[in-house]
Amino acid sequence: MTTRIFVPKDAAAVALGADKVAAKLSETLKAKGIDARVVRNGSRGMHWLEPMVEVETAQGRVAYGPVKASDVESLVAAGLETGGAHVLSLGLTEEIPFLKKQTRLTFARCGVIDPLSIEDYRSLGGLKGLERAVSMVPADIVKEVTDSGLRGRGGAGFPTGIKWKTVMEAVADRKYIVCNADEGDSGTFADRMIMEGDPFVLIEGMAIAGIATGATKGFIYIRSEYPHAIDTMSKAVELARAAGILGVSVLGSANTFDMEVRVGAGAYVCGEETALLNSLEGKRGIVRAKPPLPAHQGLFGKPTVINNVISLASVPVIMEKGAAHYRDFGMGRSRGTIPLQIAGNVKHGGLFETAFGLTLGEIIDEIGGGTATGKPVKAVQVGGPLGAYFPRALFDTPFDYEAFAAKDGLIGHAGIVVFDETADMLKQARFAMEFCAVESCGKCTPCRIGSTRGVETADKIARGIEPEKNMALLKDLCNTMKFGSLCALGGFTPYPVVSAMTHFPDDFRPAPMVEAAE
Amino acid sequence: MTIHVASGDLAQRVQSIVDRLMALEGPLLPILHEVQDEFGYVPQEALPVIAEALNLSRAEVHGVMTFYHDYRNHPTGRHVLKICRAEACQSMGGDAVEARIKKALGIDFHQTTLDGAVTLEPVYCLGLCSCAPAAMLDGELHARLDDASVDALVQEARR
Repeated sequence: MTTRIFVPKDAAAVALGADKVAAKLSETLKAKGIDARVVRNGSRGMHWLEPMVEVETAQGRVAYGPVKASDVESLVAAGLETGGAHVLSLGLTEEIPFLKKQTRLTFARCGVIDPLSIEDYRSLGGLKGLERAVSMVPADIVKEVTDSGLRGRGGAGFPTGIKWKTVMEAVADRKYIVCNADEGDSGTFADRMIMEGDPFVLIEGMAIAGIATGATKGFIYIRSEYPHAIDTMSKAVELARAAGILGVSVLGSANTFDMEVRVGAGAYVCGEETALLNSLEGKRGIVRAKPPLPAHQGLFGKPTVINNVISLASVPVIMEKGAAHYRDFGMGRSRGTIPLQIAGNVKHGGLFETAFGLTLGEIIDEIGGGTATGKPVKAVQVGGPLGAYFPRALFDTPFDYEAFAAKDGLIGHAGIVVFDETADMLKQARFAMEFCAVESCGKCTPCRIGSTRGVETADKIARGIEPEKNMALLKDLCNTMKFGSLCALGGFTPYPVVSAMTHFPDDFRPAPMVEAAE
Repeated sequence: MTIHVASGDLAQRVQSIVDRLMALEGPLLPILHEVQDEFGYVPQEALPVIAEALNLSRAEVHGVMTFYHDYRNHPTGRHVLKICRAEACQSMGGDAVEARIKKALGIDFHQTTLDGAVTLEPVYCLGLCSCAPAAMLDGELHARLDDASVDALVQEARR
């Protein structure tokens, strides 16, 4: 049998040279007459080892990495196709501690299969959830999702089942399922990885959502900064349609569901659900006032389920293995697993899916292995550009929606960005305001004007102009933005700013004057 | 890749894009994307054609086009280099990468080199946060940038 050698096609691996590795490998194998073929998979999420090449052997998959195109000849000479020893050998993939310690439910197939092979997808439990769903009445599907305890993984943490129930009960001639794949938060890439590594799981999740709520049309709104994800998702939708997973008769049942991939246009605020709906309708991505909730009047005024990629991609495993299986993972009101995205200045960066409840310290020091530069960790930003900066003193905080809220932070989309001691927290606070000013949709004043005033005030503090007065002004401004903004962009920008001021006050003191040094 | 008829005037080329995409639900963004793919930017002359077909005012189409960072009203250089400015890249020295590129090209963000070779743009996250700093040259991704790879990238962009 032809040996399969896996070289990821994930954007992170490609950015690190995976395409060149794959081309060189195919060429070398052919030249040596070796009976092996290169398969492009997703990423296993161990990004410091990318491009990571895997070979199928009798004992399981054997990994090598990080592989450069110039390593290919020596790898083949070492007997790569039989898992031969090489300086880049990592041993059996499943035994690598970073992977072994994970609980992979949503990402079970990501990096394992050929993303565009429905056969591969089926062979590892794919479509079992949808097959079960088509045999159930909608209320039972919604109950299963509600019982699983799944909460919106986009950041808000709203119970997914409740959202679905509202749409199910709404009466309308047409309903929609919208997948929010506008993953703009720095430090996050879980949506991108699942769309590139296991696109059918998202399609399956959306089809289940459609059957459960009576929606017949879905849209996946992907940000334009993700060309690889757009490409893979578009191909997967076509394949799913051809295979009868989508269309007038989903898996041969009486249910109709189809979907389209739509591309964003570089506006961060479109990750806010109502701005996203406006954008899909062909309007400016301006936030809508709620109510009405999208579940009542969403896309084109129709009842709409709008969920994050990971929320929808977690539904198939819940339907396959049952609500209890999923709910048994996690802590408190945070049930199931969360794909942590460990990023920034960290030694072992990547995606780590695990049950809720690990402490921030365990995640950074043990799993992430500390900083990439080897310097001490100064701050960790959790939850993207609108998330708080946490100092080491808060590293005992467990990863859980409520625990983070209690410490004036948020877990958001579970992106974790590590900074070493060289970080200047006043600069980071200023950037948060600058980013808000660049991306504000402009509808509400606290966000539109407040962010610009925030940049100016931070600059005054940096220049040592009346620092105490301007610190008080900045805090007051943050308070206005937090309580007066229409959506999370203006409302949450104060998190990074205030947390930086609270936990790193030294960075906000003006630099001592040269004269004063005498 | 879609092949468009290159002949004919601008209005006709825009019209053929509009005709092809009009049946979509909420067709305006897909149309603007296609127009930008076709011309490299969204020409002013395209707006009334789109407005007429979608029964919108020209001001509405202009409003949508100018809201989004992606749509340009003027051509770019032969290459577009986007540098990530977001937090994860900052934590790995993204600011220094940005400064090095700006110095090498002699331009700031949203500018094009005098020889028309490259336009420099900021981007807020490419999803490569675990292998920062990152950049994108004409849709091709580059991660874990250091001085040597930045210089190589600038060289490539200059061509």
